[in-house]
Amino acid sequence: MAEKRVMEMALATTGIDSAGRPVRIPLGVEGEDVEPELGGEHMLLNLGPQHPATHGVLRLVVELDGEVVVRCVPHVGYLHSGFEKLGEYRHYNQIIPLTDRTDYLAPMSNNVGLALAVEKLMGLTITPRCTVLRVIACEMSRIISHLVWLGTTAIDIGAFTPFLWTFQEREKIYDLQEAWTGARLTTSLTRVGGLMADIPDGFVEGLRTFCQNFHKTIDEVERALTRNGIWVARTQGIGALSGEEAINWSLSGPMLRASGVDYDVRKDRPYLGYETYDFDVPIGEVGDVYDRYLVRVEELRQSNRILEQALDRLPDGPINVDDHRVILPPKHAAMSDMESMIHHFKQVMEGVKPPVGEAYLPIESPKGELAYYFVSDGTAKPVRWRIRPPAFINLAALPRMAEGHLLSDLIAINASVDIVMGEVDR
Amino acid sequence: MNPSVAALRERFGGAVTRSFESCGDTIVHVDATRAIEILRWLKDTPGQDYNYLADITAVEHRDGERPIEIVYELFSLTRKVPLRVKVELPKAEELAVDSAVPIWAGANWLEREVFDMFGVTFRGHPDLRRILMWETYAEGYPLRKDFPLRGRFSRSEQVRQALNANPEAHYSMEELAIANVAHELPAEIRDRLARGQRGVIPDPEGGRG
Repeated sequence: MAEKRVMEMALATTGIDSAGRPVRIPLGVEGEDVEPELGGEHMLLNLGPQHPATHGVLRLVVELDGEVVVRCVPHVGYLHSGFEKLGEYRHYNQIIPLTDRTDYLAPMSNNVGLALAVEKLMGLTITPRCTVLRVIACEMSRIISHLVWLGTTAIDIGAFTPFLWTFQEREKIYDLQEAWTGARLTTSLTRVGGLMADIPDGFVEGLRTFCQNFHKTIDEVERALTRNGIWVARTQGIGALSGEEAINWSLSGPMLRASGVDYDVRKDRPYLGYETYDFDVPIGEVGDVYDRYLVRVEELRQSNRILEQALDRLPDGPINVDDHRVILPPKHAAMSDMESMIHHFKQVMEGVKPPVGEAYLPIESPKGELAYYFVSDGTAKPVRWRIRPPAFINLAALPRMAEGHLLSDLIAINASVDIVMGEVDR
Repeated sequence: MNPSVAALRERFGGAVTRSFESCGDTIVHVDATRAIEILRWLKDTPGQDYNYLADITAVEHRDGERPIEIVYELFSLTRKVPLRVKVELPKAEELAVDSAVPIWAGANWLEREVFDMFGVTFRGHPDLRRILMWETYAEGYPLRKDFPLRGRFSRSEQVRQALNANPEAHYSMEELAIANVAHELPAEIRDRLARGQRGVIPDPEGGRG
């Protein structure tokens, strides 16, 4: 115990070596228990479902030996809404509002993923302007999602201030999102074959201003955390997974990349022309909480790069495909032209009808590989709509990561998974 | 067509029942009894290297005659190639297939979800119990086509059950054993848990769901 205290005192100084790189400071001595074996009986601790550190309604039943986690049993499903079942009773465009509510920290990227999956099913090619606008939507979502993650994880580990900085910055994106879609959360941005609306006046300038100033916030947060002795001690070596294990657990997104596996859907299964953008995919080495933090922070910077490039290349032109079997004709045409009125009627009453077939389309959502899998029997409602939920699959590895760590580390590990219960439970 | 299909046909012959393309994805149907052997081969064979299990899910078609399909979405992280493997389970027979957990740890929760939503049993799964629905959920399997959108029970019955629920029933037997409170449970729950009935709740109409 005394030794641990001394170690914590030592950590009060910043954990950097002479070259200025962060150093990994073990808490306690390698191979030696932090606490002596107490030999008593194990304790059962119920954490959640209502607990601020469980990021929603996750319930963890933890078996503790003293303060060490022997076993952790997650119980999920408290937010189960049956979205997949609901989707089977809805037209394809009516499913889009459901996707808002799955990963509610990044609704626009869910909307984009859904539209892309249906378009793959129908073999539609979207317009160049729509493609770039969807890239902008995806990267805006990644930034707000990672900012929430950064702020709340810092709070979980005990740093309060970064939360205020990141949420302030997130608000700027939310303002733009609201100007574009009319909503902060229920964006329903996309439609099959296009978008609900084009960007409003002043949007490009607003986003450019954001891009130019965004790095300042990241620098500030990094200054407060990256070389902070307490942050380093609380995150380094905690919840580490090797690359092999991360693949075995089907992890995706920053969780997989922090373990050193170079897999980013944007690079490896490109969609929306991501292969034409110049950006890097950050890869971790150790796969611990600290690496996940570094990976996500770097992804914020890379998203900013993509946003700048997308704004530079944003072409003029229509946002919707020119096919009135898919996209509603303009209102004035529907009111004056017979054919348009019929298309309008059929669209509203019958919906979009993809051919018989099935399509699985993954996108790199902020949480990881988000995929929508559709099976169509040629009618306007899908036979099966499957959400491949990255947060759910990443969370499955939590018991493995938490084993043998302290209870307080369980909170840090859980935070590092970046779960959204709306998506885990669907 | 993905060349892995030809390799599979050469190696497993009749166990590969069907293969086709849809929307650019290659789908291969394999025999249910050899599915795990085939998945392991796809993962471990050099040149195939489907080392990443992206998803496991199930599909029930609106046509009631068609079998339920278990869908394994594979991806090769080294070759960057996807492959979808499907197993068909006729509804007249037992809905069961061998578990993929020995191959991929990530299959654990995915198979639990398929079990929870479709009632498909995965033989050899280490912890097959409901995951999104609660353990004592007695209305059946929500994603089956014969399951009504609003559930089988009336709203009043659902409320009554929720109000009568015993919160202790939300711990598993092992969890209760750790806390030394198993003996305080109502006898009925204790018996049920002691019989190992975790996640397998008897159907109100008799038989297993």
